[in-house]
Amino acid sequence: MQTARQTGWMVVRQARNLMREPIWIAMMIVQPLLWLLLYGQLFKHVDAQGNYPGGFLEFFTAGVVCMNAFFGGTWAGMAMINDLDRHVIDRFLAAPASRLAIVLSQVVRAGITAILQALILLLIALALGVRVHGGFAGWIVVLAASFLLAMVFAGFSNGIALLLRREASMIATANFVGMPLMFLSTILVAFAVMPGWIQAVTRVNPVNWGVVAARNAVYGVSWGQSLAHLGFLLAATAVTALFATWCFRAYQRSI
Amino acid sequence: MADAIVAEALRKRYKAVQALDGVSFAVHEGEVFGLLGPNGAGKSTTVRVLTTLTRADSGRALVAGEDVLEHPARVRRAIGYVAQDSGVDWEATGRENLLLQGRIHGMSGASLRRRVDELLELVGLEDAADRQARGYSGGMKRRLDVALGLVHKPKVLFLDEPTTGLDPEARAAMWVEVERLAHVESLTILLTTHYLEEADRLAERVAIVSRGRVVVEGTPDQLKRDLEGESVSVELPEQNGRLAEAEQIVGRIGSEVNLEGQVLRTRVPNGAQAIPVILGALDDAGIEVAAVTTARPSLDDVYLHYTGRDFASEDEEGKR
Repeated sequence: MQTARQTGWMVVRQARNLMREPIWIAMMIVQPLLWLLLYGQLFKHVDAQGNYPGGFLEFFTAGVVCMNAFFGGTWAGMAMINDLDRHVIDRFLAAPASRLAIVLSQVVRAGITAILQALILLLIALALGVRVHGGFAGWIVVLAASFLLAMVFAGFSNGIALLLRREASMIATANFVGMPLMFLSTILVAFAVMPGWIQAVTRVNPVNWGVVAARNAVYGVSWGQSLAHLGFLLAATAVTALFATWCFRAYQRSI
Repeated sequence: MADAIVAEALRKRYKAVQALDGVSFAVHEGEVFGLLGPNGAGKSTTVRVLTTLTRADSGRALVAGEDVLEHPARVRRAIGYVAQDSGVDWEATGRENLLLQGRIHGMSGASLRRRVDELLELVGLEDAADRQARGYSGGMKRRLDVALGLVHKPKVLFLDEPTTGLDPEARAAMWVEVERLAHVESLTILLTTHYLEEADRLAERVAIVSRGRVVVEGTPDQLKRDLEGESVSVELPEQNGRLAEAEQIVGRIGSEVNLEGQVLRTRVPNGAQAIPVILGALDDAGIEVAAVTTARPSLDDVYLHYTGRDFASEDEEGKR
């Protein structure tokens, strides 16, 4: 209960601070738009073998929503590093602040940001002629996928932030993890055209769990599979959030 | 009198550095206690152990009657912690900073808002309360830090180097602030500082810390009185190269000779009697003297006496 309340107030703090950064708000809106338009154009004629029913843009809509969510999550640790550098975290830790609440506030904030961006993306895609065949329930699943995906990686990113405590190391790690996970998923490429070993890796890649859930919802197929994958993501969120909370020990040993 | 803080044989090692090498001291309820020592002596590490931020490798610590290892949550509720580095959230306003800190302590509603108003007034930030802390001066951020440590009316307040990095004016203001707090909020305050005059002015009792140990503990007056005698400083002219020789001569007359720059310092039972003797001896050796002064012992002399090292140069060393 105490943890939930503290998480809530800390999310308010972060959201409020972000709202005071006009550049951040502008980038949050413009970046997904650019991705959708740019990649949409780039891969327009990729569908020679008919692996992309409904056209590449419809295929890519779920992909870009997930790409955006998981990149956002990967970078969530930067806010933790900033708070560590400004000694805000130490102030919280010497007060009766729940460690889990500190982590969850970062994680939930990343999740909410991802939902807002997913909404923007879906609206743009709609304007470009993409249809969400899953209807209202489909929209909810796409938003849930982006929410959970951002949270999974925000938990991981916060743990790394507590272990490394350095911006440069954090950036290197985020890039090192982010790029391969994107290319080892069906964000840009249909499962059917992947080499066998990549297909195998894709199945256990959390990024792809989100893509599968969201893409099924866009196509309006395999609801059971969508829900199962959302469940995997929820479990993964719990794992990474607990990992980050555990990383406070390592941090506190070092100070 | 009950003890608000008890530290017993605290030891902590960071890789190559033995930060705490058996720190022990006790702080009585309601007093302002100073941990005095140069940079790197282990003061901040001691405070981090007492505030539950980190663990000692061995030893025991009680704060407000609770063991920091067994009941860290109870300790956290009883203490306010103003760290050496400001913990202010720059993006939030002063008021928002205080409200969140109160909520972390489980406060809410009208009583929290009243307390925040009260604190903003106490530290003189009413006019800046609704501006982002990013725009605050160093002194204002520091005062906000102090207010953050006080939101929940703690029993024990830790002030880790409260005036480091402040200009002389802000430092003087902070001293007045701390003196007032000790009375108005009837707190036990543990203050760390590497400014001798700060400990002298604020602390009712001090413990001098050097290389991870408490070397002596007592009231500033008591510590100075225990030294007996006075200190004599002899300043030699810039171009004088015979410093070692002069040190030897002075050493035959006074004790604990210490050379810093062009100034020789020594301790003698009676300054008025010793000065003519010292000047005569130096004159006989043909060593010119630029100035000579005598003074009652300062905490500086106390430090030198107990550690055999000069405070200022040790402080410089600790920064590296």
